[in-house]
Amino acid sequence: MPSLAFEIERSYPRGPTVRAALEVPLDAAPVTVLYGPSGSGKTTVLRCLAGLDVPDAGFIRFGGETWVDRGARRIVPPQRRGVGLLFQEYALFPHLTVAANIGYALRTVEARERAARVEDVARLLRISELLPRRPDRLSGGQRQRVALARALAPRPRLLLLDEPLSALDAPTREELRGELRMLLERTGIPSIVVTHDRVEAMALGDRMAVLVEGAVRQVGAVHEVFSEPADLVVARVVGTENVAPARLVVRREGLALVQVDSARLWAVDPGHVERDAYACIRAEDVVLEPAPTTATSARNELMGTVRAVSGEGALVRVTLDCGFRLVALVTRASAARLALEPGARVAALVKAPAIRLIPRSA
Amino acid sequence: MDLAALRLSLLLSTLTTLALLALGLPIAQWLATTRWRWKVLVEAVVALPLVLPPTVLGFYLLVAFGPSSPLGRAFIAATGHTLAFSFEGLLLASILYSLPFAVQPFAAALARVDPRLVEASYTLGESRLQTFRRVTLPMALPGVVAGAVLAFAHTLGEFGVVLMVGGNLPGATRTLSISIFDAVEQLDYASAGRTSALLLAVSFSVLVLTYALQRRSLLG
Repeated sequence: MPSLAFEIERSYPRGPTVRAALEVPLDAAPVTVLYGPSGSGKTTVLRCLAGLDVPDAGFIRFGGETWVDRGARRIVPPQRRGVGLLFQEYALFPHLTVAANIGYALRTVEARERAARVEDVARLLRISELLPRRPDRLSGGQRQRVALARALAPRPRLLLLDEPLSALDAPTREELRGELRMLLERTGIPSIVVTHDRVEAMALGDRMAVLVEGAVRQVGAVHEVFSEPADLVVARVVGTENVAPARLVVRREGLALVQVDSARLWAVDPGHVERDAYACIRAEDVVLEPAPTTATSARNELMGTVRAVSGEGALVRVTLDCGFRLVALVTRASAARLALEPGARVAALVKAPAIRLIPRSA
Repeated sequence: MDLAALRLSLLLSTLTTLALLALGLPIAQWLATTRWRWKVLVEAVVALPLVLPPTVLGFYLLVAFGPSSPLGRAFIAATGHTLAFSFEGLLLASILYSLPFAVQPFAAALARVDPRLVEASYTLGESRLQTFRRVTLPMALPGVVAGAVLAFAHTLGEFGVVLMVGGNLPGATRTLSISIFDAVEQLDYASAGRTSALLLAVSFSVLVLTYALQRRSLLG
């Protein structure tokens, strides 16, 4: 299977050293999130992939091509990589109209065809009416779409997005997150999204690589990485949260019933969930009780079996199987009272407001 | 008023400005983007004509243009006349003399161009040269125009260097400022006054234009 593979080393005077390696298949699931705290080297990796920065050592291969091979002194310039880059602040050309921005890469294309292609991309991004305007007359969300259109117009083979939503105000960000995911899906172009925002990672990514202090620590499906961090370092970066794929069943009185594996949960309805979402539950919001002898009909009371118990400072980390994998953090006292050990039966309670739904598509 | 001197000065200023655009833009772009540690040396050389007395610059040029220097000999071999006391010599001297007036505004404007715009152009497939033409130059245009205008005005009014390397040959090296100096020496204050008023008006308009352009580039 063709893949994007790199192993790069880049250090800066008086700065951190980035030593990152990753292999990403270029197939159906197109969006890889490069997740990490600020200063972890995400942008350096992205700039090396785009060709704007050159690693001190290592290689970058894309499909059958070698973009960088420091050993063989081979460096393909950014102009010849066929990569679309979405800058954090979008970097639109202020002296050109939206149409000229989008058509910028098509200089050698015949004028009529160029206009047609600009219109096609504009239609895809629903910005046709903005074509004659200048960038300074656009809102943040419009700028983002124009920048994306500009990157898509030359039909790139790889799309790189640097914190694509961070320049937007919160309401616009909410609105565009789902839309961006849908667009990336529709174009089918393999994409790498750099972000430090957990919600953005969940909303946009198919798979996720966690970057800490310049090194890739874990790669996997987004909810797997969030739910099962490979080590303590990753856990600290992604937080202790249960993240599980969920599907909307029904809406009622401001609540949404979602199916999570074989369990059903009521959550506060965030509004724009259409079908697929991630259900996020903080481990400390899960309350454990002795399993009742008779079945109850209380909302979000889940019967489960303890799979693992481990101490974490003053707290105990309990992994349950209650139709899906659920991690709870409880005090040592209540762990002792409930006699928690692998195989024990308990009831897990989660209040509806403690379940956050993050939509997967607009 | 000395119309031949006016025509000569305008021609000299125009050619000098064009030459400085061709020569100054690459130098300025290099100064604006290089990370070479000894870049200050080049900056200092470019700025020298600002602080050097025109007579000092003129003296060195006169020596360099003379028939005993390699440059002077090569020029005589190619054209049959000397570089000193000729229009060509005057043009070369003017280019050097006005260099900082063009290069400094060019470099300042080019340095202010957002490097991300340049990088965006690279990722969109454009070469360095095309990027300079399509992004860097349009973004820096007010500063480039300001530099060109300053170079033009400065050449229009130069005196010391002209006197040293050009002399006072009507139609070849007798520029406006030389003409004024001449008129005063002959006590023809009326003629000197008219020419001076013209230079004053031109200089003032040029500066108003330059500041207006710079203001616009800062605002937008």
